[in-house]
Amino acid sequence: MRAIDLTRLALGAVAGHRLRSALTMLGIAIGIASVILLTSIGEGIRLYVLSEFTQFGTNIIAVNPGKSDTTGGNPTAMAGTIRKLTIEDAEALRRIPQVEASMPVAFGNARVEHGERGRSVLIYGVTADVPRVWRFGVRHGRFLPEGDPRHGSPLVVLGIKLKREVFGEDNALGERVRIGGRPFRVIGVMEPKGQFLNLDLDDTAFVPVAEAMSLFNRDDLIEIDVAFRSAAARDQVVADVRRILQDRHQGEEDFTITTQESMLSTLDRIIGVVTKAVGAIGGISLVVGAIGILTMMWISVNESTAEIGLLRALGARRGQVLAFFLLQAALLATAGGALGVFAGIGIARTLKVVLPRLPVNTPLHYVFAALILSFVVGLLSGALPARRAAGLDPVEALRAE
Amino acid sequence: MIELRGLTRHFHVGDQTVHALRAVSLAVPDGDYLALMGPSGSGKSTLLHILGCLDRPTSGSYVLDGHEVGSLPEGELAEIRSRKIGFVFQFFHLVPRLTAAGNVELPMILAGIRPGERRARAAKALAAVGLTDRASHRPDQLSGGQRQRVAIARATVMGPSILLADEPTGNLDRASGREIIELIERMNRDGLTVVVVTHDPEIGGRARRILKLVDGRIASDGGPS
Ligand SMILES: Nc1ncnc2c1ncn2[C@@H]1O[C@H](COP(=O)(O)OP(=O)(O)O)[C@@H](O)[C@H]1O
Ligand SMILES: [Mg+2]
Repeated sequence: MRAIDLTRLALGAVAGHRLRSALTMLGIAIGIASVILLTSIGEGIRLYVLSEFTQFGTNIIAVNPGKSDTTGGNPTAMAGTIRKLTIEDAEALRRIPQVEASMPVAFGNARVEHGERGRSVLIYGVTADVPRVWRFGVRHGRFLPEGDPRHGSPLVVLGIKLKREVFGEDNALGERVRIGGRPFRVIGVMEPKGQFLNLDLDDTAFVPVAEAMSLFNRDDLIEIDVAFRSAAARDQVVADVRRILQDRHQGEEDFTITTQESMLSTLDRIIGVVTKAVGAIGGISLVVGAIGILTMMWISVNESTAEIGLLRALGARRGQVLAFFLLQAALLATAGGALGVFAGIGIARTLKVVLPRLPVNTPLHYVFAALILSFVVGLLSGALPARRAAGLDPVEALRAE
Repeated sequence: MIELRGLTRHFHVGDQTVHALRAVSLAVPDGDYLALMGPSGSGKSTLLHILGCLDRPTSGSYVLDGHEVGSLPEGELAEIRSRKIGFVFQFFHLVPRLTAAGNVELPMILAGIRPGERRARAAKALAAVGLTDRASHRPDQLSGGQRQRVAIARATVMGPSILLADEPTGNLDRASGREIIELIERMNRDGLTVVVVTHDPEIGGRARRILKLVDGRIASDGGPS
């Protein structure tokens, strides 16, 4: 039997029970729509998080104190054995050939005050390298000056939101503010950068790292950010950073190097797991739909008993009867799946309009995967009824009616 | 050529054994026209199903055209049904959602014949039963006699050598029944071997040979009395 003829026969049989087929398709459609919708949201979140992280550039390595067991994640502190990261460490990393900038970072919360107005924000202790390493731009004035990071001067660059909160529309350049009670002079205002995850990068202030360390009363860094020239040099740079810091830390690897890659792949993995879990929840409704197909095909086989007997009398082999019913189930499921894909994408689009902040993305391969999935679901749920049909004794089948 | 030797068929119903056929021996030469008669439950349909390779004997031998078929695997039996056998039933067994032409094409679809050839052969088969103008009608738009003629077209479209009809007029009025029998007889004259199960002595009387079954045995075998 030619595949196209089999398909046409199966389509005819499915179309013969219009309402019943439509309802069965609906069951699969709901399942596929929820899988599509939930995984679209998961995928949207993944892309959103990835873009959040790559906005700082990809040729960047973070060094944190303490050793973590695997890539990424929080370094777990092992008390006593950890030497602190220092500005001298950061300076030493500058000498690696491919390194463009090595920036010591310290931060903490402090109150920024100007006249009557004040605001508690996150204060970053950094160097002149922020625009290069983090890709932050300056809107007014200039960023912190170059110079020996061990000796700060009381200068501050304000995030745009902080500036507005404290100065309103007034000019801030050259004005004095108090940070943690100490006087600082405003030399610049940053371009808006937006949120990073839940951190408002515009509601912050940048001061020289030495000033921040003294402000927060600490003698070590929270992080060193190393920017390098080309992605191809990454492995070499990581090796050099590790060697130099180990040398400086008496041979101990008491720090953690996080590349953008490893961070992203960890995140990717976590979100991937969440997406799959959420997709599996959608899958439950797919199971319900599959049971619907099974039920309906079972009824259909029972009703078509005489027809099955006839087909056998006309020369049909068991395999052809099996294929005939399997294909009916698969067609129902795939049609339902297609319906579900349209509905899922439709709802996802609508969500995007209603809730613009909810990241939603439906990759094309999800659509194909959903269609293949529904086809397979159809085959699986049709298997039992089709086997029953193929196993019928033709003489007894003919007797039915 | 059909040759049966010591053919039996038992059914097990609960812990009882029903002997539907007991030691049937029979030869049907090509082109024969045989009426199978006998009381209800005497084994006529069972014999017909075995002749049509739709059922297998419990014991004994069935040689069709020189080959023992009683023990062939199901796939090969299906092939024989497709190529050599045509079935006609009392209740027509047309597929209600297909047109007359669609029903006639069905065995050809199962055999994998291409659409162009299918259509031509279906048209020819429908013309042979006088239903050219009804080709696109569905079964529920046809009379009983017309339905049975579609079934005969379907049974013969693959060019079988044997036509097996189980009470083909049992569900028809006398006039339509006669038309059907005349149609079958015409095909017999063209060389088709015909076995007709019937209760109707008038129809049985038209056959070249009457085989009377009683309780699963051949009670008589001969020309019309
Ligand atoms: N599938 C079956 N299971 C059990 N008994 C059967 C089956 N088919 C036929 N029989 C029995 O075999 C006997 C012959 O049946 P059948 O060939 O249909 O008779 P007929 O066609 O002459 O009326 C009957 O007693 C019938 O009840
Ligand atoms: Mg009978």
